[in-house]
Amino acid sequence: MAFAAIHVANFMVQAVLRAAVELREKAVALLDGTAPQIHVVAANDAAWRAGIQLGMAETQAQLCGVEIRRRSRAQEKAAHAALLDLGWSMSPRVEDHAQDTILADLAGLNSLFGAEENIAREFARRAAELRLQAHVAVSANLEVAVHAARGFAGITVIPEGEEARYLSGLPVQTLAPSVEALETLERWGIRTCAALGALPVLELSERLGQEGVRLQELARGAHTRSLVLAEPAEILEEEMELDDAVEDLEPLSFVLGRLLDQLCARLAARALSAAAIRVRFDLGDAFEKEEEVLNEKFSAKRSSGKTEIRAAGVNAADGSGQSGTSAAKATTHKDSRVTTQAQDFCVSVNCKDAEKTYEKVLNLPMPMRDSKMLLKLLRLQLQADPPAGGIVKIRLGADPARPRSTQHGLFVPNSPDPEKLELTVARLAKLVGNANIGSPELTDTHRPGEFRMNKFFAQPNETRARGRAGKKSAAGSDGGAAAVRRPATGCRIFRPRLAARVELREGRPVKIFFRGLYGRVITASGPWKISGDWWREDAWQQEEWDLEIQFDGGDASGSASRSTSGSAGLHVNAQANVQAIASVPDAKVQMRAGLYCVYYDAACRSWFVRGMYD
Amino acid sequence: MAANFAALRSKVELALAGRVAAPFNYRDRQEVVTVSSGIPEIDLLTGGLPRGALTEIFGPSCSGRTSLLLSALSARTAQEEACALIDGGDAFDPHSAEAAGVELRKLLWVRCRNVEQTLRATDLLLQGGGFGLIAVDLSDIAPRLVRHVPLDSWFRFRRAVEDTPTVLVLLEQESNAKSCASLGLRLEAGAAGWSRMPVESAAGPGRAAGGAVNYSRLPWGWLLEGRSARGEVSRSRVQKGNAGYFRGGFAAAPGTASAGIFRTRMDWDFFSLPIAAKRK
Repeated sequence: MAFAAIHVANFMVQAVLRAAVELREKAVALLDGTAPQIHVVAANDAAWRAGIQLGMAETQAQLCGVEIRRRSRAQEKAAHAALLDLGWSMSPRVEDHAQDTILADLAGLNSLFGAEENIAREFARRAAELRLQAHVAVSANLEVAVHAARGFAGITVIPEGEEARYLSGLPVQTLAPSVEALETLERWGIRTCAALGALPVLELSERLGQEGVRLQELARGAHTRSLVLAEPAEILEEEMELDDAVEDLEPLSFVLGRLLDQLCARLAARALSAAAIRVRFDLGDAFEKEEEVLNEKFSAKRSSGKTEIRAAGVNAADGSGQSGTSAAKATTHKDSRVTTQAQDFCVSVNCKDAEKTYEKVLNLPMPMRDSKMLLKLLRLQLQADPPAGGIVKIRLGADPARPRSTQHGLFVPNSPDPEKLELTVARLAKLVGNANIGSPELTDTHRPGEFRMNKFFAQPNETRARGRAGKKSAAGSDGGAAAVRRPATGCRIFRPRLAARVELREGRPVKIFFRGLYGRVITASGPWKISGDWWREDAWQQEEWDLEIQFDGGDASGSASRSTSGSAGLHVNAQANVQAIASVPDAKVQMRAGLYCVYYDAACRSWFVRGMYD
Repeated sequence: MAANFAALRSKVELALAGRVAAPFNYRDRQEVVTVSSGIPEIDLLTGGLPRGALTEIFGPSCSGRTSLLLSALSARTAQEEACALIDGGDAFDPHSAEAAGVELRKLLWVRCRNVEQTLRATDLLLQGGGFGLIAVDLSDIAPRLVRHVPLDSWFRFRRAVEDTPTVLVLLEQESNAKSCASLGLRLEAGAAGWSRMPVESAAGPGRAAGGAVNYSRLPWGWLLEGRSARGEVSRSRVQKGNAGYFRGGFAAAPGTASAGIFRTRMDWDFFSLPIAAKRK
């Protein structure tokens, strides 16, 4: 049995450099603390060479000409999570030993990666993919592996039985003794593990107690314990704190891109994909400014909001049909946003910090981990609904899911690539609005024109497709089933509904005027009385008519009448007045004669044109 | 001479790099694969709707364009193909589409507000690819506005759909795509079909003999049954003899008939069904 310890040296610096690749070749020093005691807490080798020392004040550090950055606990947390993901990418048994060190059980990995040295190299390679430079040590003893990883750079493989020899040259500090024990050992002149291991146990116990015995066991590589297993996190997260608040989408995209790269690398390390991406921004000062503006605007809008709702209500009642409903919804949404913003403000007075956030969830139709694709989708989402203020902290989370399998059956027809389709739909949604794109679904009501829009998924139903393909090959036809029946008459809906003036004779429409066009009713079928939802405020009651209308036009200077009859009994009866129709400025379509669905709305005692049969 | 020609050729290729792949390579006209429009009469007339090409269906309002489109969508979705409808005038009726047999869950409906949005949406969908049929409905947009669409838009659509399995259908009031369309189909409205309630059956059992009302003279004695429409091929680049590629079972090659007449039906029973029964 062997264990691998993966240690990230100079962890604080590496955590910062992980998200700032451009700083890798530069001298970087990290500051921490509160003013006026801000001091250097970590630095890379180039910074040490430039004269940086621990505890140096900020102004002193600046004189050394190095890049100064703030220590980021959020990035350290993310780097630690990435380190754990690295362990799980190779082994299911991983111990979270310290923030900069993990342990992995290598049992069973030889058959996959070969010798232990190869396994260690694979760990190092994968760590590099996660933008971490790791030292890896393999040993049969857990603690020996940890101390070797901390003490030796690169890859170290310690054969069983030679632990003491390998550790002999390491300083005692590697064993992480207490301050008191370290001072005592230094007074004794004990500086290496070999010297500590050579001390007699009894005397050491009398002077340093149990800690001394434990330190000596560690120094000899004789300390044994079991692996403490860590549980994988259900949500992968990456965080970044920004020095200055970012308000524009372009610079934000760079940061998001980096975080998504890291997130996708972690997902790939665990052979997972993201089913959803969760974005959370902490907003800075600009948010407060925005808040003040919002508050002013809200007090102004509060009075106008009622007017908007009333206007939308009239619009829907006027018979704008679906669009009317959408308009009402849109206005309500707008109003609810105003309300939400106002609520935000009210809450922010009590708990200001809690409200300075912006959250968004990007639900994906298929699990994916293409960081570029995710960035494009995220950008489109943020463009559609931008955060109200400068961003000072970004938190990206991914709901992990199993990657989708891409292989389909032979008989499954070609369908859009889900990832590409998601991007296309997002772009289309930006173009036409979210409410105007999707897959329609009829709702459980007889109210005319009711439907809802669902998200469009283009996953072919393999079973059905195979069944149909079987039938198809048996019948030897392509869509033959659809061709057997007579085609259904298509209907085109006017959105919003068109108000009409109808002249009745003996209860039957004989003349109709709408859209600036005047028509004679040739044939009328109706009234077909329909009603519903009487228990609701928006109850409906209509009398529907199917009308064949001949458009004449009021100022007809002359009309051409044509009647032909074909072999199939076709009658083209186009009594047209093209001049009259062309003179109508609002005539969207060139109308001669047609079949229309017209109804009388008993609720508002008016006539409307629902649509035409085309 | 040969060296000059080679130099000139490379110069042209360099200038067109990134826009036209292999401009000097001869591309043999590929035989067009067609699919059923869902209406046998139209299939007989045209040989079906060509894949990887632009089909233009035009005609005045109430001429059967929507019925033809719904039939085509029904046929494609029945084959589990994903379809898209870019609705320039937001006039699509999901109820009549479902009655026509369109599987709405396989249909991406993009509701546009103007020509610019419609064209942009078409570009995006064509670039995305993977759809069995993309329909661009400009029927409700004034012809003068559609006439102003630059010709290069239609060329772009033709190029984008080329070598793909997508059927691109354009619905308009008048023909605008001209030579960019591989198939042009002009539709004209025919007579509406009305069913008349018979006098004998209309007279209920409780009525006095000889006192039957002539329901045929009353409006509720009539029911719209459907209508007929006449289709005529205005342009076709679908090669004759492609009937073999089209697996619709039609014996005649396209172009043998000058016009086709089809009749549509009104499925009133469907509209009165509850939603669960409709979905079955």
